[in-house]
Amino acid sequence: MNNLAKGVEKGTELPPLAVDVTRADLVRYAGASLDFNPIHWSDRVATSVGLPGVIAHGMYTMALANRMVTEWAGDATRVLSCSARFTRPVVVPDDDQGARVDFSGKVTDVTDGIATVAITAKFDGKTVLAKATAHVRV
Amino acid sequence: MALDQSFIGRAYPPGTPYQVSREKIAEFVRAIGDTSKLSRDPGVARAAGHADVVAPPTFLTILTLGVIDILANDPDLGLDYGRMVHGDQSFTHHRPVTAGDRLTAATTIEDIMARAGNDFLTVRVEVADDAGEPVCTAKAQLVVRGEDA
Repeated sequence: MNNLAKGVEKGTELPPLAVDVTRADLVRYAGASLDFNPIHWSDRVATSVGLPGVIAHGMYTMALANRMVTEWAGDATRVLSCSARFTRPVVVPDDDQGARVDFSGKVTDVTDGIATVAITAKFDGKTVLAKATAHVRV
Repeated sequence: MALDQSFIGRAYPPGTPYQVSREKIAEFVRAIGDTSKLSRDPGVARAAGHADVVAPPTFLTILTLGVIDILANDPDLGLDYGRMVHGDQSFTHHRPVTAGDRLTAATTIEDIMARAGNDFLTVRVEVADDAGEPVCTAKAQLVVRGEDA
């Protein structure tokens, strides 16, 4: 709410978010989201289908991206819609450090009180979401 | 083998209603590190004008994921679950989701397309409340990787 009070216009940048994703986070998200696909917790299964190892749920990355948006907007219900393409996996090592994912967002349009936010999510220097967008009532 | 395009338009009726609880919302926001009191404290949520604690924007993945099971369990469609990955996802909210909502999800296959040996399914899920009022339209693209792809 405070962020929106500062004014929202084309070019406004959201406070960025950096998250170190660990295996424990994936287990917690699996339970919370009911997505128990073993590629998100078993190296054996992940490598058997050609992945480098356990990867984060695409929906977890999308949820974190939208957490950045809702923290900026101050109220989750201001997010009227959100979308993303899952283009690259976030490979999560079995260590305490985890995989660093960096999120940033920028307002690309404001029309009729609705801001379009373009979101970037980067892991290992590369984007992992494409066309990641949220529409926010501002 | 390419999926049968005649499945475009096939609709799957909603299953058992899903009861949104404060506990599940709290569990979900904890899992994504969201600290908003609007999702954790009913008093704060009500003071802000909401019916109860509010769900974050991607919470309904809990319902829409079940759709994959419905499709995977349709023997006629012949979806190879082990070769499937999530291509994209969108949620268009018609109203906020709060604890206390009883929701149903009706699924339609919107499109099936084969490209470069892979199959692309576009699935639409209409989430509605007890009164039949629209709550959210979710769309997902599921990619089934071909044997040679």
